[in-house]
Amino acid sequence: MSDQRYANFINRQSFIELDARERAVALLDEGTARELVGPFDRVESPWLAIQDVTPQSDDGCVVMKGKIAGKAAVVVALEGAFQGGSMGEVSGEKMTAALDLACADNEKGIPTSAVILLETGGVRLQEANLGLAAIAELMASILALRKHSPVICLTAGTVGCFGGMALAAGLASYVVMTREARLGMNGPEVIEQENGVEEFDSSDRALIWAIHGGEQRFATGLADALVEDDTPRVAEAIRKLVLQGVPPVHRSSQVTLYRKRIENLDSSVQWDPKEFRSLWLKGDAKEETV
Amino acid sequence: MSDFTGVRGTVWFRALAGQASPMPGDPKSVLTADAPLGNDQARFLCVVPDPHARFPCARHGEVGLEEGYALATRVREIIELDKNTTKRPIVAIVDVKSQAYGRREETAAIFLAASAAADAYGSARLAGHPVITLVVGQAFSGAFLTHGYQANRILAFDDDGVIIHAMHKEAAARVTLRSVQELEKLAREIAPMSYDIRDYAKLGLLHKLLHVDNPENPTQQEIHAVKGELVSAIEDARNSPVDLRNRLESKGALEMRKASLRVRSLLAEQWLAEQ
Amino acid sequence: MEQLEFTYPAKRKVNKRAHVGVVGSGDLEVLLEPAEGELAHVVIRTSVNGFSDTWKAVLDRFFSKYDGAVRIQINDAGGTPGSVQLRLEQAVEASER
Repeated sequence: MSDQRYANFINRQSFIELDARERAVALLDEGTARELVGPFDRVESPWLAIQDVTPQSDDGCVVMKGKIAGKAAVVVALEGAFQGGSMGEVSGEKMTAALDLACADNEKGIPTSAVILLETGGVRLQEANLGLAAIAELMASILALRKHSPVICLTAGTVGCFGGMALAAGLASYVVMTREARLGMNGPEVIEQENGVEEFDSSDRALIWAIHGGEQRFATGLADALVEDDTPRVAEAIRKLVLQGVPPVHRSSQVTLYRKRIENLDSSVQWDPKEFRSLWLKGDAKEETV
Repeated sequence: MSDFTGVRGTVWFRALAGQASPMPGDPKSVLTADAPLGNDQARFLCVVPDPHARFPCARHGEVGLEEGYALATRVREIIELDKNTTKRPIVAIVDVKSQAYGRREETAAIFLAASAAADAYGSARLAGHPVITLVVGQAFSGAFLTHGYQANRILAFDDDGVIIHAMHKEAAARVTLRSVQELEKLAREIAPMSYDIRDYAKLGLLHKLLHVDNPENPTQQEIHAVKGELVSAIEDARNSPVDLRNRLESKGALEMRKASLRVRSLLAEQWLAEQ
Repeated sequence: MEQLEFTYPAKRKVNKRAHVGVVGSGDLEVLLEPAEGELAHVVIRTSVNGFSDTWKAVLDRFFSKYDGAVRIQINDAGGTPGSVQLRLEQAVEASER
């Protein structure tokens, strides 16, 4: 490794080591961050204490209003260290309501984008159906907001973005990941549980990152940016995407393209993840312009 | 394992749409048909088991890669067709036990296939199509997020075989380090954790619970009544906003989602104070 | 789940509230707010039962050096005495910045 690269590595300010609150502040322009419905408002989960789970004062979701590159923005960050960043009634509603308020501001003529920091395993099982419903409602709010301003999903690790929340990432205008991050609907353990170790050996870390990791997702066009775990670089990547604005067509709307890619795959074999990168792009239809 | 027979989808699709086939070029696991419903021509969609599906992990009624994109295609087709005319209703008939769990699925981004279908349903709703979901059997987790949960109105049968939930009991018990019995006890006391559709109905997310004696073998009378309920739901959706606010304005929400309502009002208060 | 409460004498007015920590496995969250009067009140919610003596010992030691009039809320999921001490110190530091 060159001296400069080594120096960069040593001097980097790890974004992954920051908690949700610190991450949210780091992405907003200096001095503009204001937390809404924060710890001292004590809006907690009503469902956890009865199950002997200690609630957190912000239910593991931080809503931070401010500016990014001078433009109005809201950052909503899930705290991966609290209940695996899972979606409960309150954490879900904080995210959804924040996006709805951003949408209303857009309609009032104040362009406001949203950045959602997803470190989450999906639904919080202690709240099951309210967690699942919260994800569905969040997805609806993403669809509404992204017509006006970008909804940017950032997954940096260590938890990654799994379960129903991977669909929120799928609907985002842009997805930003680090190499350490992972994105997928089902984690390796649940696949091994359902369909055996042959299908997915959940102890094979190399395989996990080769399939779900940021580098693979970026290489297969499923993430828009791959960033170093260095806070200023992460913030810069987000700024760039906010300024880029709404994409001409969202990834989740490019149905013809992706359907064709699936049809072209040989489903009778498992694919080597590196080889998959070229399989995936082989014989692409002309880019959809809907 | 919760009993999933995988027949209810086909039974109700045939009952409501008059046939049970996929459209040309679609996988056999996705049924699509246009059929009269009240004064409209409605598009009906359903995911059913296909033991010969191309992907081995999607052969027992799971919602996988092909299913997600086929649903997205057939819903988008309607959005395009009705672009400059009356927005016809879209009816999702739901009996899905899970998403597909496979290495191929994860590699080829099943999360995006699922998002694509949800995008299509949600976009149809935002464009003014009444999107109605009828849960005739199971509606679990990622599968339900993909097919059904973006609807304006959700109806379900009040039957033990109808379950809306985030995770099957055995898996949920394992993940939360409890026994199934402990989980069932908690589920009886905590409505959002319950596997009983009547408890789900208390949460205010369902438009209506319908009664059918045997969902796997409905009478003509029952089918006629269900059609009437779908027509009412369509009318109700047409006279309401296109977003999902009805889920928080229901009687159930006022009772069971007080924390959600508190979040919403406090956040709005603090957000507007900023401006 | 247990709820424990402790009270200590206090001399000094505190001006700023502070929040540190996460209710993660082996960690805890501390909310510190200024209180009226000459007492410091601590309320602890913990999912690990049976350690009230340990909590008392840690708090006794902490308040032997800290005399702010505060209301402290702790949400705990199994923090060690070391992490409790650390989080309390961090909260104090943040409230005095």
